[in-house]
Amino acid sequence: MMQFAIFAERKTPWDIIGENFTLLASALLAFAAVIVLLFLVAGRTNVKAQEWLKYLVFLVPALLLLLIGLIYPTIRTIILSFMDAKSENFVGFDNYVWAFTIPEIVVVLRNTAVWVFLVPFLSTAIGLSIAYMTDRMKRPTVIKSLIFMPMAISFVGAGVIWRFVYNFEPNENRADIGLLSAIVKFFGGTPPNWLLESPGNTYLLIAVMVWIQTGFAMVVLSAAMKNVPDEIVEAAMLDGATPIKRFFRVTIPMIRATLVVVLTTIIIGTLKVFDIVRTMTGGNFQTNVIANEMYSQAFRQMNYGTGSALAIILFVAIIPVIAYNVRQLRLERTER
Amino acid sequence: MTASVATVRAKRRAKNIFSSPIASAVAWIIAVVWTIPTFGLLVSSIRPEKEINSSGWWTFFANPNVSFENYQKVLFEGTTTNPPLFQFFFNSLAVTLPAVIFPITLAVFAAYALAWFDFKGRDTLFFGIFALQVVPLQLALVPLLQLFAKGLQIGDFTIIPDFGITGTYIPIWIAHTIFALPLAIFLLHNFISQIPRELIEAARVDGAGPFTLFSKIVLPLSVPAIASFLIFQFLWVWNDLLVGLTFGAGSKEVAPMTVRIAEMVGTRGSGWEVLTAGAFVSMAVPLIVFFALQRYFVRGLLAGSVKG
Repeated sequence: MMQFAIFAERKTPWDIIGENFTLLASALLAFAAVIVLLFLVAGRTNVKAQEWLKYLVFLVPALLLLLIGLIYPTIRTIILSFMDAKSENFVGFDNYVWAFTIPEIVVVLRNTAVWVFLVPFLSTAIGLSIAYMTDRMKRPTVIKSLIFMPMAISFVGAGVIWRFVYNFEPNENRADIGLLSAIVKFFGGTPPNWLLESPGNTYLLIAVMVWIQTGFAMVVLSAAMKNVPDEIVEAAMLDGATPIKRFFRVTIPMIRATLVVVLTTIIIGTLKVFDIVRTMTGGNFQTNVIANEMYSQAFRQMNYGTGSALAIILFVAIIPVIAYNVRQLRLERTER
Repeated sequence: MTASVATVRAKRRAKNIFSSPIASAVAWIIAVVWTIPTFGLLVSSIRPEKEINSSGWWTFFANPNVSFENYQKVLFEGTTTNPPLFQFFFNSLAVTLPAVIFPITLAVFAAYALAWFDFKGRDTLFFGIFALQVVPLQLALVPLLQLFAKGLQIGDFTIIPDFGITGTYIPIWIAHTIFALPLAIFLLHNFISQIPRELIEAARVDGAGPFTLFSKIVLPLSVPAIASFLIFQFLWVWNDLLVGLTFGAGSKEVAPMTVRIAEMVGTRGSGWEVLTAGAFVSMAVPLIVFFALQRYFVRGLLAGSVKG
C-alpha cells in the first residue's frame, strides 16, 4: 500500500488517463459481452424457459438497482435522520427540531422557499412570453437557440459566467471588469458588493437559475402552442380580441396542462439546486439553500443525522409535486 | 391537393397577420441579453491575462488583443496535486460514456418488459417507478456511499460484500445509472408502449420469442427515443457536479471537469484568466452536442413534458 502511494506520485497525467481508459474499455466490453451472451443463450432455450428468463434479463436488473440505489437508501436516510452525528444513538426528533430552530438553518429554509417560489414563476412567465412572441414569427430559430443555450451549460459553468458578471472592484481607481458594476456606474450609481450583501445576493443567484430554466419553459410551451388549432385563434381574432386578450383567454387555457408540467418540473429542479450556490457564494453571506446545507452537514461537518434530516425535509417538500404529476398521469391513462 | 395548398396559404396569411414587429424586437432584445454573459466570458478567455484583470471585456472591441495563452495555461500546466485540466477532460469522458450507456440499456430493457409482458401488478410497478423520481439525489447520497465503502451487512450476514471500488469510476457509474433509471424508463416506456400491437402479434405468430422480438422489432423501432434520451443523459452527466464530487471520493484521478472548475472558483476566485478559459473548455463539448443535435434534444424534452 505504501509502495503504491509513492509510485502513484510519479504518475503523469497520461499514465492516469491510460489507466482510466483501460478500466473504461474493459467495463464497456464486459457490459456488452454479458448482454450479447445473455441474448445468445436465452434465445436458444425453449419457449417455456424463455417465459421466465425474460423477466430475469429485462426487468430484474433495473428493479434490483432501483431497490438498492433508491428504495433502500430512502429507508436508511429516514432512520439516520433520527440518529446522532455518527449514527450510533437514536435522538428522536432532535435533528428536525434543530433544523427549524437554529437561526442559520431557518435562513436556509427561508431562502429555499424564496427560490422555489421565484424561479418557477419567473422562468415560466418569461419563457411563456417569448414563446408567444415568437409563435407567429417567420424565423424564430436563432432567438430560441440563444435563449435555450444555457440549458446545455453546467450549473458550475453558469456559476463562473455570472460571477464574472457580478464581479465587484473594491478599488475605485481601477476599472470595473464586472458588467453589472460597469452598467450601474454608467448610469451614475454606486455598485454594491453584489454577492456579499444580503438579501440582494440571493436574488442575484436566483437570476442565474431563471436564466437557465427560461429556455426549457420556452421550448416546451412553444411546442404546446403549436398544437393550439389555428381556427380557434382566427375565430378569436375575428371576434376582435387583441393579442393580449387572446393570450389570456385562448392561449393560456389551451396549454394549461403543459404549463403545470413545466412549473412542477422547474419546482423540483429548484428544490435540488446545489451547484449554483456552491460555486457562487459557497452558501455564505446568507445565501444558503437546503441542498447545499445538506451537503455541508453530511460531508463537511460529517453529521449524518442533521444531513439526513435536511434530505428528508427536501423529500417531503417534493412529494406533493410528484404526487400531483402521478395523479395527472393516471387521469390521462384512463381517458385514453 | 388543392385543399391542402389552400390551408397552407391560409396559415401563411395568418402568420403574417399575427407577427408583430414590436413582439419580434422584444424577443430579439431578450435573446441578446440572454447571450451577453456567455459571450463576455468567451471574449475574456481569449484576452491576455493582464487585460482581463484590469479592464472590462467590452473594451476588447476598441483594443482587440487576442491570446490563447490562457487555454494553454489552464489545459496543460499543472502539478501532481493540481493536475492540468486536460486530465480532467478525459476523466469527464470516462465518467460520461458508461454513465450514459448503462442506464439507457437497462431502461430500454425494463421499458420493454413493462410495456409488453403480461404480468400481475404491471401498472402498479410502472407508476411506482415513475414515482421514484420523488427521491432526490441528496436522499440517497449517504446510504449509497456507505454501501460502496462497506458493503451491506445485516447482523453477521453479508448481503453485499465490500468490493473495494471506492476511488474508482465504478461508484460514479453505478450512481448515475441508478439516478437516471426512473426518468429513462418512463420516457422510453411512453414510446415503446406505442408500437402497434399488430406488429408485435404478427412477430409472435411467426414464432418470435421475447428475445427475438426485442432485438428484431422493439430495439430498431426505439432508436429515435433512445437517441433523444441519450443526448439528455449525456448533458446531465457531463454537467453534473454532485455525483462526481461525492462518489469520486475526492480523488483527482477520477474527478470530472465540473469538480475541478468548482474547486478553482473556490481557491482562486480572482484568477479570471484561468477561470474563463477553464469554464469554456468544460462547456465546449455540451455546446457542440447541443447545437448539432438540438432537434433531438428538444424532442426528448417534449416526450417528457408535453401532453395532448
